[in-house]
Amino acid sequence: MQPILEISGLTKTYSGGFTALKSVDLTINKGEIFALLGPNGAGKTTLIGAVCGLVRPSSGAIHAFGEDMASNWRHLRARIGLVPQELATDMFEPVRRAVGDSRGLFGLPPDAAKIEEILRALSLWDKRDAQIRTLSGGMKRRVLIAKALAHEPELLFLDEPTAGVDVELRRDMWRQIALLRERGTTVILTTHYIEEAEEMADRVGIINKGEILMVDEKAAMMERLGRTEALIALAQPLDEIPEVLSSFPLTLAEDGRVLCYRGDGGEGGGAGTTEVAQLTKALIAAGIDYTAIDIHESSLEDIFVNLLEGGAA
Amino acid sequence: MSLFNARSAWTIYKRELLRAFRTALQSILAPVLTTTLYFVVFGAAIGGQMQGGMGGVNYGAFIVPGLLLLTLLGESTSNASFGIYMPRFTGAIYELLSAPVGVAETLVGFVGAAATKSLILATIILVTASFFVDYSIAHPVYAFGYILLVSASFSLFGFILGIWADNFEKLSIVPMLILMPLTFLGGTFYSIQVLPEPWRSVAMANPVVYLVNGLRWTFYGRSDFPIVLSLGLTLLFLAICVALIAWIFKTGWRLRT
Repeated sequence: MQPILEISGLTKTYSGGFTALKSVDLTINKGEIFALLGPNGAGKTTLIGAVCGLVRPSSGAIHAFGEDMASNWRHLRARIGLVPQELATDMFEPVRRAVGDSRGLFGLPPDAAKIEEILRALSLWDKRDAQIRTLSGGMKRRVLIAKALAHEPELLFLDEPTAGVDVELRRDMWRQIALLRERGTTVILTTHYIEEAEEMADRVGIINKGEILMVDEKAAMMERLGRTEALIALAQPLDEIPEVLSSFPLTLAEDGRVLCYRGDGGEGGGAGTTEVAQLTKALIAAGIDYTAIDIHESSLEDIFVNLLEGGAA
Repeated sequence: MSLFNARSAWTIYKRELLRAFRTALQSILAPVLTTTLYFVVFGAAIGGQMQGGMGGVNYGAFIVPGLLLLTLLGESTSNASFGIYMPRFTGAIYELLSAPVGVAETLVGFVGAAATKSLILATIILVTASFFVDYSIAHPVYAFGYILLVSASFSLFGFILGIWADNFEKLSIVPMLILMPLTFLGGTFYSIQVLPEPWRSVAMANPVVYLVNGLRWTFYGRSDFPIVLSLGLTLLFLAICVALIAWIFKTGWRLRT
């Protein structure tokens, strides 16, 4: 994989003494969708700000497209787009002009066809002459995305792109982001909606208190840290776990009426459910009847919460 | 990519001018109306009663450069300060900071637009003044150059003010409580030669005195001080503002966290 962004030893300490980033190392590959997850105040927005020129790093280096951002910021910024978390823009500007101005600000000549294409893709074409202030929250966020896309960036940062957006619009936006990836744009997004990362991201990074706790491919992370839990309602209660089932991680609950399977972790990605299937066969072979099975596999959210709490997933 | 991106600068310039025209009632009509009232009251009404004029010039004509400067200083400062303060206040400045835009494009855009608006205002005020008082411009080219210089200098000053301010009150304090009194006391309505001592010496510590006199020289060919002194001080003020803004961009003071 070819890196498009390489961050090394990035530290940011604000003038008040608060350290928002603690020697962060992170590499983003060309063409991927990378989701940066973390609670409020974890350092996500500071990290994005440091790359995009809004935050002055205290130390460390940022290389984009193989070049040092500090010394080559002018032409590198032209290849990077940012959609901020806040709905911050001149609300009195009409949509089309605002998006066209964003293109001009990045030094590109006017291109009415390109602006139309972007507005149509984001379902904003019908609102092209409306003042931004008259649009709904979701539509305003689309305008910010359109503004960020106006200069056709190769690397796009989306800071909480679907915050405050209803479910339908959110799914619509996911489709747009997937389309961007198909066109070769690398996307880095922060989100509170872990479902969003689960749905879209190729790789996931978890950040807390200014430190990157883990970076991995989403599937590998879920396989490595995922856990399967199954509750098997027994037709007849058991006094103890039979010897034939001793190889399975089982406990009894509710006076022996429920058999609980709880993996030790690391059996995500289907391994746990396979073992539960073997368990059910073993139950039948041992003549133990059951009336219901409830299987639950760890979501990215479970893994995220466990990591933040410092426990094993 | 070159060191100066003309398209970026043009985009900022155009957007700022459109913003000014969007609020034309407040940003153009209001200062023109205020200045017109000064011409009517001080120029036509009171000036008409003053025999002999002031500084060898009809009183109505005498106050034209000072009143013009009064508007230019206030409007250049306010317009440039609002131009940069508003995106800071709303957060929309993220786009400027993340764009391939440096100090040169930013200044040409924001300060150029503020100065352009000031020139438009100056033209309207001079045309309006001609309806109430008889005045002439002895050195029109110098007058244009001086107005341009003052507009640019105080637009730069306003830009610094807009970056320094962290609330709306601070934004209006400097034009209202510093610039306007200094201009009123800076010889807008009188020649400082008519002041008794020690007030004449005190008045000479007011930098606006030299601005007013500089512009008055371009109109009537005479002033309380040599034009070179006025021009030199204005250029020095411009250079200090440019240096300060270059430092602001270099350090990111109040722009980047």
